[in-house]
Amino acid sequence: MTQGRPDNLAAEVEAQPVVLEVDAVTHFFGNLRAVHDFDLTLRHGELAGLIGPNGAGKTTVFNLITGVYPPSEGSIRFRGVELVGMPSYEIIQMGIARTFQNIRLFSNLTVLDNVRVAYHPHAGYNLVDSILHTPRYRAKEAEMTERAQEFLAIFGLESRQNEEAGSLPYGLQRRLEIARALAARPKLLILDEPAAGMNPQEIDELLELIRFIRDRFDLTVLLVEHQMRLVMNVCEWMTVMDFGEVLTRWLPSQVRTNLQVVEAYLGRQAV
Amino acid sequence: MLARLRKPTVSFVVGGALLFVVVQLLLSLGVLNNFWRGIIYWGAALTMVSLGLNLIYGFNGQFSLGQYGFYAIGAYAAADVTWRWTHDDASGIIVVVFGVLLALLLYAVLSRILRGFYRVTVMSKFTFYVIVTVLAFWLTVQFLVPVLSPVVTGLLGALPAAISQQVVFFIALAGGAALAGITSFLFGIPVLELGSDYFGIATLGFTIIVKVLLDNTDTILPFAEMKGARGMIGIPQWTTWPWIFASLMLVILVMRNLLHSSTGRAMASVREDERAAELVGIDVAQAKILAFVVGSIFAGLAGGIRAHDLAFLHPGSFAYIQSFNPLIIVVLGGLGSMTGTLITGFLWILLLEGFLRLYLPQGFETWRFVVYPMVLLLMMLLRPEGLMGRHEVAFLRQKLPAMLKKPLKESGDRGADAPAADMATGVGEVTA
Repeated sequence: MTQGRPDNLAAEVEAQPVVLEVDAVTHFFGNLRAVHDFDLTLRHGELAGLIGPNGAGKTTVFNLITGVYPPSEGSIRFRGVELVGMPSYEIIQMGIARTFQNIRLFSNLTVLDNVRVAYHPHAGYNLVDSILHTPRYRAKEAEMTERAQEFLAIFGLESRQNEEAGSLPYGLQRRLEIARALAARPKLLILDEPAAGMNPQEIDELLELIRFIRDRFDLTVLLVEHQMRLVMNVCEWMTVMDFGEVLTRWLPSQVRTNLQVVEAYLGRQAV
Repeated sequence: MLARLRKPTVSFVVGGALLFVVVQLLLSLGVLNNFWRGIIYWGAALTMVSLGLNLIYGFNGQFSLGQYGFYAIGAYAAADVTWRWTHDDASGIIVVVFGVLLALLLYAVLSRILRGFYRVTVMSKFTFYVIVTVLAFWLTVQFLVPVLSPVVTGLLGALPAAISQQVVFFIALAGGAALAGITSFLFGIPVLELGSDYFGIATLGFTIIVKVLLDNTDTILPFAEMKGARGMIGIPQWTTWPWIFASLMLVILVMRNLLHSSTGRAMASVREDERAAELVGIDVAQAKILAFVVGSIFAGLAGGIRAHDLAFLHPGSFAYIQSFNPLIIVVLGGLGSMTGTLITGFLWILLLEGFLRLYLPQGFETWRFVVYPMVLLLMMLLRPEGLMGRHEVAFLRQKLPAMLKKPLKESGDRGADAPAADMATGVGEVTA
């Protein structure tokens, strides 16, 4: 098996440049080994999944990639740059974006401001411009606002730009969170259980949304999910993990032939 | 050019000018006596401290009880500069100007060096900054003061006395504010890493430390003229209405402009959800420090203003129990509302120190600490969001951007986005 990915992928996929390389990562919480010897390699444009039962360490892997805590051992490289030790905000600024298992919007800010916050690292004006409201402030602020509005329009949220984010219905909050994550034009999007708390119809819509953003924004997507329906339909391949270790890597076709395994590991309702 | 000005801006400028002229007239004509003049100045100073706290607590979400410490630092530092100047000693001026400039220069160098390293713990970072600060001020006192004293005295002496006094006062105010800012920066590096409640407790500790140090300025600290717990006397009474007005306007404008910028949004995002802010690429530590330092600079400026109105400073007026004053004002006015803070800040002093002191019998002061918590309690029960909630008057409110009107640049977008656009309504209906 190729390190960190299934070995039966199409040749044109394998020809793409590597985006993310998680290499032999191990992480301890005190004495608890949450992740052990974890490998994952993502190539440009892929839509990969990470599945496993509760407590398998999926979210920990996400937190390690985004620098929430540094791994105890191993290395994580993003487009060739070592991420281990970097603070989260710098990792994000390099082009990784993520959403959360439970939606974490800035609820008291407007929908538009939620997106504009994401542009802050690239605001293009400094503190002095902020305090004096210089012409540069005006120009950049107008540009930022317009960009954010156009961006919201792509997600069909433009008519609600001045509403408080917390007052949006659940499905739109999830959508706004994805929009916020994509606003700074990342290269890699990490979605942590985007379908949590959604009904089947919402999941169908989410499916379409994920495919759409992948094509529209030229992204690589990594997805953690319990909902096998979503994973099976959207992911090109998936890593199955349990007890912090990689069990196997599957293409969707292999999941179908391994239904019993899936049931055993993920529970009957997963399928 | 005029057409570009927003209507609220015009009314703010006109209203501000009117207020300035009216109060100045009332003062000049003697309609407002010294007592009421003192109340207005006091109200303005406390409002500035409270605006600073609102920036830190209301807009950035960091619960600080330390603002009276920075208020005290600003007051004593500014008072010391002018006291020394009136006693033919320019060393205060040189220290606050060149010491601060040197410190800022060294900070810039140090931060550039530190940026090259990951995993520098906050305590090491803090230690480096403290060393650099001590170095800057030590160098200034040791080498610059003897050299520059005659130069500064000569330059300021060449000016007419009335003008040199205003210049020195300006330097003293700016210096007091800058020292408060530097202290908050150093204190903030390790302490802002703490969660909000722990930060509150640490800042309370800071206020107490400052009070204790002020009690011992003539023993532990080398400032004999501050006379420790006996209180500092002989501060020139230079604060005038134009100075008060200008400082308050400066604070309001800086805060408003900051909040209406991308930096302000970053601060608000930290208040809303620190983890999420970090994961959209916001340097959370930097946003917190910035709000804390700017808020503390406001407090330091207010301290300088207050010191030169009272002409007397006593450590007792900076005790920790006093530090709840700005907190009460900010909470009563509405966390995250500058308008609310402006209203309650002035009303608080006007009522408690003005009307009640005049119309209630002697000995009422002791009851104030019964009134404070009662007011807070009632407010929390009746209107927990504060007087104004998050509401602002038009000038301080950020204009909501108009809806996007022109067609999208990439015309293909809408077609390709059909599923996305449909979902917007679909999802809403299902989950609502």
